[in-house]
Amino acid sequence: MISRANALKILSALVLFGAWEIAGRVPVSYAFPTFLDSMRSLFEMIGNGMMYEAYKETLRPLVIGIVISAVLGIGLGLWVGLNNFFDWLFSPIFIVMQAAPLAALIPLLVLAYGIGLTSKVLVVCIMAMPVIVLNTSGAVRNTPESYKEMGKSFLASRSAILLRIVIPAASPVIFAGLRLGISAGFIGAILAELKITPTGVGDIITYSRSIADYPAMYAAIFSIILLAVLFLNLLEKVETVLFKGNQRGYVSD
Amino acid sequence: MAMSQIKEVPAAPVATEIESAVSVKNISKNYGAVEALRDMSLEFPRGQLTSLLGPSGCGKTTLLKIIAGLLEPTSGEVIVNGKTVTGPGPNRAFVFQDFALLPWATVMKNVAFGLEMRGVGTSEREDIAAKYIKEVGLSGFEQSYPHELSGGMRQRVGLARALSVDADVLLMDEPFSAVDEQTRRKFQEDLLNLVQNENKTFIFVTHSIEEAVYVSDQIAILLPRPSRVSEIIRPSSFRNKGVENIRRDSEYLDIVDDIWSSLRTYVE
Repeated sequence: MISRANALKILSALVLFGAWEIAGRVPVSYAFPTFLDSMRSLFEMIGNGMMYEAYKETLRPLVIGIVISAVLGIGLGLWVGLNNFFDWLFSPIFIVMQAAPLAALIPLLVLAYGIGLTSKVLVVCIMAMPVIVLNTSGAVRNTPESYKEMGKSFLASRSAILLRIVIPAASPVIFAGLRLGISAGFIGAILAELKITPTGVGDIITYSRSIADYPAMYAAIFSIILLAVLFLNLLEKVETVLFKGNQRGYVSD
Repeated sequence: MAMSQIKEVPAAPVATEIESAVSVKNISKNYGAVEALRDMSLEFPRGQLTSLLGPSGCGKTTLLKIIAGLLEPTSGEVIVNGKTVTGPGPNRAFVFQDFALLPWATVMKNVAFGLEMRGVGTSEREDIAAKYIKEVGLSGFEQSYPHELSGGMRQRVGLARALSVDADVLLMDEPFSAVDEQTRRKFQEDLLNLVQNENKTFIFVTHSIEEAVYVSDQIAILLPRPSRVSEIIRPSSFRNKGVENIRRDSEYLDIVDDIWSSLRTYVE
């Protein structure tokens, strides 16, 4: 039996794909393929190994960048959130990073780090890390004072207060930051492949556009969105397992 | 002065002989230029319940947090069981006004939190926690999360957590102010039984005059700006007449009236 939530998810996907199909058939633009054409092209590319080769290339900077952003971002965020000096030192950097028009700055990165993996990982990090750091630090700073007082009065050590109270209390907002950061990281990975050197999925997009093979182009875009959605769902599952009671808001009436 | 309106209630002879579990000596607390407490001294007899009662802003919660070791006094000292307080300690446990339960942890984990921080092993602390969960009437809710419980049940969890660490002194910061009236009455009756059976010293902050008179062996009336102890009242006659008779006792009613007439001038 399909649960109500899952049924709604499937329904929403069907509506979206249906609208896509209709828009493609109208067509809204010569360059906009139908959903079915795009899917046909997607399975073709999966079948002939093109997708596999592309993702082998794209996933490297993406995974490295996301892992660095998550680990370093949460670590830095905790630090910034718990210490006013580090807040003063680091917060402006991440606020600037978040606001910066990254696409315009990529030539600078290329000048400094070349066209290899380093630059691409950096693009992913610049996209993903600020929101993770800022969310984590904000969440940590807003830990309810009564939780911390409770910990102190029941003799929790400083590290126990951090691990058992501050981090779990901040976890919903940290996870929200992770979700936003990781989606931005996916965008960053593709942006890097479009702007630095066309490789992987970015190459499929650039190449198929240049030869007007629009179904292939949209299939590549669709595949990266699908991957991001699947990954975010996985992250949600992790959160649910780790902090079960947080699922529902805590109202003290 | 207003406080002279309070008639001196004859102190119960036993109360003066009982040694103090907690002594507050010349405590002052300033927040910058604001004087929260000035030179306050107070004795808390062992095994009894003392209420800190006063209008809002009189510093009763500040005093309680200083006794808990959560706040540092600007001057003066707090002595618990003969030792000066320098921070939170195993001889005191705190019950919070807003319950302060960890929403991501089950009732069992919340109650066992204090024991866990004291380094008690998993199976032992779960046994102890289960015992106190049963005692506060929450058997069957061990694996529930706080958001699944009513306000009254949440405060029972807070109480079980404080009882489970077996501290000599229980500090309660307006523990029943966030629960409904009927639950509160039940809590007050349960608290009287607890004071009788547990042989702990209770320090109870409240803004409800009726509640203070109902549950206390000793009531300290605090007045604001600057905060000071204006009066100590020891109800003597109705404590042993049974919980259902207290609210009809003439001494109970007189004390409630007297306290109100002395406090009313301080309530805006």
